[in-house]
Amino acid sequence: MTRDLICIGCPLGCMMKVSVDGDNVTVTGNTCIRGEQYGKKEVLSPRRIVTSTVEVDDGKIPRVSVKTKTDIPKDKIFQCMEEIHRVKIHAPVEIGDIIIPDCAGTGVPVIATKAVKKAG
Amino acid sequence: MVQHDIIIIGGGPAGLAAALAAREAGIQDILILERDEILGGILNQCIHNGFGLHTFKEELTGPEYAARYIKRVMEEKIPYKLNTIVINISKDKEVTAINREDGLVTMKAKAVILAMGCRERPRGALNIPGYRPAGIYSAGTAQRLMNIEGCQVGKEVVILGSGDIGLIMARRMTLEGAKVKVVAELMPYSGGLKRNIAQCLDDYGIPLKLSHTVVNIEGKKRVTGVTIAQVDENRKPIPGTEEYYSCDTLLLSVGLIPENELTKGAGIGINPVTSGPNVDNCLETELEGVFACGNVLHVHDLVDYVSEEAALAGQNAAEYVKKEESRGREEDTVSHKVTLSARDGVRYTVPQTLDLDRVKDTTIVRFRVADVYKGRSIAVYFDGQLVEKRKKRILAPGEMEQILLKKEMLQKYPDLKKIEVCTEVE
Repeated sequence: MTRDLICIGCPLGCMMKVSVDGDNVTVTGNTCIRGEQYGKKEVLSPRRIVTSTVEVDDGKIPRVSVKTKTDIPKDKIFQCMEEIHRVKIHAPVEIGDIIIPDCAGTGVPVIATKAVKKAG
Repeated sequence: MVQHDIIIIGGGPAGLAAALAAREAGIQDILILERDEILGGILNQCIHNGFGLHTFKEELTGPEYAARYIKRVMEEKIPYKLNTIVINISKDKEVTAINREDGLVTMKAKAVILAMGCRERPRGALNIPGYRPAGIYSAGTAQRLMNIEGCQVGKEVVILGSGDIGLIMARRMTLEGAKVKVVAELMPYSGGLKRNIAQCLDDYGIPLKLSHTVVNIEGKKRVTGVTIAQVDENRKPIPGTEEYYSCDTLLLSVGLIPENELTKGAGIGINPVTSGPNVDNCLETELEGVFACGNVLHVHDLVDYVSEEAALAGQNAAEYVKKEESRGREEDTVSHKVTLSARDGVRYTVPQTLDLDRVKDTTIVRFRVADVYKGRSIAVYFDGQLVEKRKKRILAPGEMEQILLKKEMLQKYPDLKKIEVCTEVE
């Protein structure tokens, strides 16, 4: 399997080819070691932080912004979003409050990134 | 008339950082005027991560980054007024504002800090033919509707322009269940950060078409589709390359414009390249005692640099106020001003002048280049003499660059008149 990637290590943005042959990963097109590291991680276990919003009941604002506390496997992003969509919480909310304890079975919680006071 | 030492126009990242720095420099009487109902500015709707890597050495979301500054402003008990819009700043630094509690008020400031930020370039500035149906949004408007109001903006989306907000919204709408069909960019390179292309488009298989633009918008009540065509080197559509995309939403991410109506009203000159005021190394505009920072001065890529720049404006405004109080400004001293100019691939510099009597140990000069350049150097000339040259593997208009001018370097040139910053081909 071969994949084309843009390295995100620096503004250079090298166009890289990453080939996977069993456990053997080769990166070409990169200029430096960071490209090789990114390319390998990206094909073996790509991870991302997911951010979204959750509806708040009786809050001063109707939604609170949330994020996964750490990055999660890329293939869990949409499952994580489904769980985020199902949640509705009550004000007040503080930054760092746990909204979902374990999202999409990753063991990573979804936490609030904004404080929402109670309305009135 | 009510008087304040420092009035700050805008309570976004620039205004907050400027206020904190001015307080740290010993100024008690500060007032922040903010037109929204909360502090934090645009960061409140930028719910994605990637903020604060320089300032806090960790990756925060926009609201988290804002909250750290707001918390400190609260701890310092710096006064602010929300839902307050400033409608005029006079040459005498009289600030006129309106809100529901006070009505129309005019306040006198010893120093003013401009921190109004920027706004998005609208459809009207683009001359796209076609109808004017619902479903055409600037990317930031769509971002606010989704992230603050919780509205669903559209189901099938085409994005024109590859600015960072457009890229971020491509991912955001995809995660919310919309189908983003294509991002078209007029230029042969993206206006956004590379990492946003990788993480917002490539991750979700959204195609980016460079050298493409929208040539027609269809739909009478709501957008039903747009036609995209390739453009030639003069940015003119090439006949025969048209492609139709059915969609209900068109997002525009085609540039940001510093919001300088108040600045112009005060008679302060605007730089035609940055669309912000000309400033010296203290970030003081042509009007004495009026300082500018953040996106109202020039559009930044990273909020971290906005905070850093704004803190400098806050410090200098504080120094100005203290100087006024202690002995008044020495009226007869002729300040030694040096002009900074950009040429050969460098589009502008901020600051545009340097007051040699007021330089700090290090002066940061920020600039952008005109095109994508590979293997060029950034060179600095003092009155025609090369003083610094740094090779860069790549320079791109979407990534702001900077050079540092050291005080000891400047002191070696007591008669300095002109500093030039340029790119050079090897």
